[in-house]
Amino acid sequence: MNSKKTLIVSHAPFWHDGSGIPERSYHTMIAALPAACVGIAYYGAPALGVISLAMASAILWELLLNYASKRPITVGNGNAALIGLLIAMVLPASAPWWLVLIGTFLAIVIGMQIFGGIGANPFNPVALAIAILMVSYKSHLDFDAALVNFSIDFPSSTNPLAALKAFGPAAVEHLTPVDLFMGRQVGGIGSSCGLALTLGGVYLILRGIIRWEISIAFIAGVFISAMLFNMVDPIHYAPPAFHLLTGYTLIGAFFLATESSSSPVNFIPMLVYGALGGVMTVLIRNIGAYVDGVIFAILLINLINPLVDKIRPKAIGKVA
Amino acid sequence: MRKRSFFGLSKPSFHYELATGPVTDPVVIPAPETVTLYIKQELKRTSSNLKVGAPVKTGQRLVLNEGDDICAISSVTGTICAIAPFLADYGRAWTAVTIKTEGSDTPDTEFAEAMQAPTLETLNRYLATCPGEPDIGPLMDERNPVHTIVIYGGNADILIDTSLYLFKQSAEAVNAGIEILRKATGIEDIVIVIPEESVQNYSGHLDARMEPVSSQYPYAQPLMVLHQLTGRLPDEKGMASMGVHFIRAEAVAAIGQAFSSGSLPAEKTVAVIDKQGTKHLARARVGTPVGVLLKTFDVQVNDQDKIIFGGPMTGNAIYSEDLPIGPGTDAILVQDKSVIPLYSDYPCINCGDCVRICPANVPVNLLVRFLEAGQYTEGADLYDLYSCIECGLCSYVCVSRIPIYQYIKLAKYEIGRITSAEELNEQ
Repeated sequence: MNSKKTLIVSHAPFWHDGSGIPERSYHTMIAALPAACVGIAYYGAPALGVISLAMASAILWELLLNYASKRPITVGNGNAALIGLLIAMVLPASAPWWLVLIGTFLAIVIGMQIFGGIGANPFNPVALAIAILMVSYKSHLDFDAALVNFSIDFPSSTNPLAALKAFGPAAVEHLTPVDLFMGRQVGGIGSSCGLALTLGGVYLILRGIIRWEISIAFIAGVFISAMLFNMVDPIHYAPPAFHLLTGYTLIGAFFLATESSSSPVNFIPMLVYGALGGVMTVLIRNIGAYVDGVIFAILLINLINPLVDKIRPKAIGKVA
Repeated sequence: MRKRSFFGLSKPSFHYELATGPVTDPVVIPAPETVTLYIKQELKRTSSNLKVGAPVKTGQRLVLNEGDDICAISSVTGTICAIAPFLADYGRAWTAVTIKTEGSDTPDTEFAEAMQAPTLETLNRYLATCPGEPDIGPLMDERNPVHTIVIYGGNADILIDTSLYLFKQSAEAVNAGIEILRKATGIEDIVIVIPEESVQNYSGHLDARMEPVSSQYPYAQPLMVLHQLTGRLPDEKGMASMGVHFIRAEAVAAIGQAFSSGSLPAEKTVAVIDKQGTKHLARARVGTPVGVLLKTFDVQVNDQDKIIFGGPMTGNAIYSEDLPIGPGTDAILVQDKSVIPLYSDYPCINCGDCVRICPANVPVNLLVRFLEAGQYTEGADLYDLYSCIECGLCSYVCVSRIPIYQYIKLAKYEIGRITSAEELNEQ
């Protein structure tokens, strides 16, 4: 029974819906691009430099690790480039080259590759890297200090969240939500324009690349908890819309909290995970020591992800 | 092949074929030059009857040793030209008997005498390898009595409507088959499972209880039907302990046909789905090489194409055009090499698409981590391996292209091996 033709044999199913990791990465990058472009438009060439260096170095770190660990080359799947882009988007445009290199090293090597690469990271690599940078190089991640040499034409020339922390809601009263939403505020390269981030987020949700439950729950968590604070004491706590549109809230809700391997997959856990992230963000901002709580809140919810994801529907046919 | 839609928020959904269109008669394939039949037993030594050069008649039982229950029924008249060992799926050792056809059909008369007593023994002896491949063994097992026979009219997979076609075309034979089954087993509760949209086409014509199931894939998978009927799924002991026995529509029709005509049916209905997705219905002798069928319908097969027995979700890929269609082959699907999806060894990225599409609520993302590491019993104990109803949808949507369905089948097979080894030790 020897046929001249060689047929391909494999296990069922013989159809596939055509999705893949590269598509996911590249579409996430497409979704992130508008926000990054806004940053480049505001901050000019330095922002472009940070983005380019971050993406290139992230890819190189992963390539180096692939060679060092004698594993298949995985840079083609776009995940490293995506991580580089996201790191650049949360850094200030003035970030020095060594900060970018350290940031991408922390994300790719410490955050992901030593755990086994894509899919094995317990924390969002971007959030982990930024958290380490925030603690280690305070002045470089402090937007007021970092952007002091930029002449920018915004309603406020200081970081709204830092102003809120130092002087209370009265100091930021003049900032209208529309200005904030359009990105006319001091912040990271790609994390300040709410409009662009929301567009990207809606695109990702419609494409089914991120889970809408996480994003919506995160935003709802921020909004509701900030509203409660504001209702109790409007003198000390800013209104919810302000929290929603400043700092890393929207990039966190759409791009960081939704990172797939460190977030839950079942319906209720996704809601719990997202809402908890939102609440933690506001708690850190309003009560904690840090100016912006999104990064630490996301690391915290990454930590509880395996636990909450145990809440799942019962499989069919189980007697016990 | 259906691709993911641009808007990925909605889950992909498939529907079974409903066979509602006009019925076209199948193309009858003449007896090919050679047919190959499998005796599901390892080739050790053979009786004097089964040797190369021995003449066989249509409907003759071919056994390795005198008195064996396991046999093949010759679908043609001719002489045996080869007997060879055959390695089937999951390492099962079978014997392949190739018969060169000669002249016209001469029917074997043995069954005509045996059919006077329509008992389970007769069914098991003559009809266990008839088209549709009814598994008679569990019906005779006294330790695990069967109380319900499910005639499984749903289709094994999407794209295929062979069973529904049979209900439509051979209602008489199906009714006769149900009658014989009732007589032979004494089981009154016979259920026909049919997609709900087409129930009205069949109810009243068939002499059994109709159980409508959703026409959405995979709600007519045998395990899903079992869950609908009993609310449970079998554990590692298998389906025998559930008291429900599944039989294909074609097998019932074949039993009916055999007892009303007095000769064993040798032809089986098979759908050939070509590269463009066009479906051709054919009636061919059991054992006809796939190549003959493909040639009849002008299906060009090139290097690195894929030929599949069964449907796109749960079928089996075969490695040669010379392999014969078996009594259980409902469809032959041909895939061009340009559309074959490749699997990868990427790890799970925990995107959760599998969890959301799983009709059985299996935590596939966690289960597959255990199965990849070979920890099958942990997967079964902690992450609901035995709730899997084997539909393959998780692999269909997997972003990392992990062959999840293959891991699940392998795990069930390995656990089954351990369990049966333990049972052997206990005896």
